[in-house]
Amino acid sequence: MQVPVKPKLKIATTSLAGCFGCHMSFLDIDERLFDLIELAEFDRSPFTDIKHCGPCDIGLIEGGLCNAENVHVLREFRANCKTLVAVGACAINGGLPAQRNHLSIATVLTEIYHTQHGLVGGFIPNDPELPLPLNQVHPIHEVVKIDYFIPGCPPSGEAIWKVLTDLIAGREPDLSHGLMQFD
Amino acid sequence: MSFVLETAANPENLRRVAIDPLSRVEGHGKVTILLDDQNKVHQVRLHIVEFRGFEKFIQGRPYWEVPVMVQRLCGICPVSHHLAASKALDEIVGAKQLTPTADKMRRLMHYGQILQSHALHFFHLSSPDLLFGFDSDIAKRNIVGIAEQHPEIARQGVLLRKFGQEVIRHTAGKRIHGTGAVPGGVNKSLSITERDELLKDIDDMMTWSLGAVHLVKLMHQQNPALYDHFGAFKANFMSMVGFDGGMDLYHGHLRARDGAGNILFDGVHYQNYSQIIEEEVKNWTYMKFPYLKSMGAEKGWYRVGPLSRMQNCDFISTPLAELERRDFIEYSGVMPMHAPLGYHWARMIEMLHAVEVIKNLLHDSDILGNDLIITGERGFEGVGVIEAPRGTLIHHYRVDENDLVTMCNLIVSTTHNNQAMNEAVRRVAQQYLHGHEITEGLLNHIEVAVRAFDPCLSCATHALGKMPLEIEVLNAASDQLSRLSRSSEGILSTPSSVV
Ligand code: SF4
Repeated sequence: MQVPVKPKLKIATTSLAGCFGCHMSFLDIDERLFDLIELAEFDRSPFTDIKHCGPCDIGLIEGGLCNAENVHVLREFRANCKTLVAVGACAINGGLPAQRNHLSIATVLTEIYHTQHGLVGGFIPNDPELPLPLNQVHPIHEVVKIDYFIPGCPPSGEAIWKVLTDLIAGREPDLSHGLMQFD
Repeated sequence: MSFVLETAANPENLRRVAIDPLSRVEGHGKVTILLDDQNKVHQVRLHIVEFRGFEKFIQGRPYWEVPVMVQRLCGICPVSHHLAASKALDEIVGAKQLTPTADKMRRLMHYGQILQSHALHFFHLSSPDLLFGFDSDIAKRNIVGIAEQHPEIARQGVLLRKFGQEVIRHTAGKRIHGTGAVPGGVNKSLSITERDELLKDIDDMMTWSLGAVHLVKLMHQQNPALYDHFGAFKANFMSMVGFDGGMDLYHGHLRARDGAGNILFDGVHYQNYSQIIEEEVKNWTYMKFPYLKSMGAEKGWYRVGPLSRMQNCDFISTPLAELERRDFIEYSGVMPMHAPLGYHWARMIEMLHAVEVIKNLLHDSDILGNDLIITGERGFEGVGVIEAPRGTLIHHYRVDENDLVTMCNLIVSTTHNNQAMNEAVRRVAQQYLHGHEITEGLLNHIEVAVRAFDPCLSCATHALGKMPLEIEVLNAASDQLSRLSRSSEGILSTPSSVV
């Protein structure tokens, strides 16, 4: 008789308004990636060619919300992921991209596409293919419920590994001393 | 100025196909294609869909914050931004010539970054296309598939990247977004323990990166029809080269060649970049289009990155990489190699070079020194240029008497390659999609072309990351007739009626 194989957990990841640093930090688990893929498989992620999130156990979100499409993707993740984790400063409080929040988006766009150094005949890109920018960059918890937060810019590979292994084992994630960082 | 296949004459009568999001690349972008009833391609565009505005909000910040802030443009090559900004700010603090320790620590950090980024790009992101095939099973076409089918290749890739990240950690304090470089120098040197820890693994890295060069070389030799022609187009090349004409990814002057390999300019001090490069905006993408001023927008666009650097330099200073460079040049013959897939080959030679440079630096006692920072006469404007993993990166700042930034202009590597990437996807669309029924595998061909450039669309948005696939079919009146999408299992579906 065959022993039933326990199905692998599904993990999805995405980068919204982030720099990919949190994804790179995830890869900083190094060889433990090979242990992880014994226990879990990837759904939508920049590391796979799956373009839309299906039902998943864990969703990791990097980055805040800077345009309408970010909001759309975040909702897709919340609708599909049992546990949603905000990874890094940008997801938690907007991070560096939120530095534009004290300026009007119109001013920023004008300056960069109109009057910037070395530019010839500028105008603001406006094609319908480009998602509408939001007036301000928002943290993700303002739009959907987030289950866990891993601070840091980026959180270390160690911290991400700890939270993932806790969640996979069914434990409450616990970032003890040394894993909680804010820079 | 519009190029062939950039803008369809009658878009209203065409179907739209979108690859959204692009995956296994870094950053947020998509490709849209307009086709007629016979599946003939009329328009192809690579769009960068996110906007951050970094150049504006950096204004008013104290200059010494800049090297740490700018890294957050991009978590894949933060060191490049960190160092380009630091080089620009060296001018502000009047540090004309850094101490040997500072110069070598920065170089060590930079080559650590070249190593980790090239390893990530080749093994984690692109190797699945090359090892499994462009239209292979979507469920396997990723690093997990490589780990299952080619475990040794995956292991070497992961450990090469790890080593590069460790070089960065020891030089910058942290693997991602560290703080090692400061205006005028660095804030740490290496301890003997740190040095020995890195030296312990260096010979494995050498063997594995040489193995990676041979792997890609073999792909070209075994399948030249694909590797030498896929998405190929002729274009100019630009890069920084060392003052002696050799490959130098940290410092030097600018050189460009035309598509036949003739020198267009050489020895241009990068402080004068704005005299040679101009940028244009198009309404359908947030990424600007730079070109050589002297040749104009139509003829003056160019490529940067490994393919340019390999064919632009006169030699490589380290022996193993130099042998491989000669093989590369000999393989391409009298004409330069223009094939986008040649980027991977050149990239792996550079990775090998990076390991050799790291080894040399680790054996140099200057990296253990204590003389870290110098300053001189205060300046108010500075340009810093570096060859980032993806190509030439330009940072330019003005700072006022109160130490606040008043102007910032960035031209990131991927932006230089904007027209070249658009050209590559248009060629692939002509070569493979034109007149055919669109399939997922065909669409991945488009992405393979984009990936060859290793675009960092994260940087290119000046601060957001993720390349978003989805096909929409519109009728003559732009009503959606059908929508083809990749489901979470990667299966293409047409939720509504098919044309
Ligand atoms: S938190 Fe930091 S590392 Fe993560 S996406 Fe934001 S800027 Fe990048």
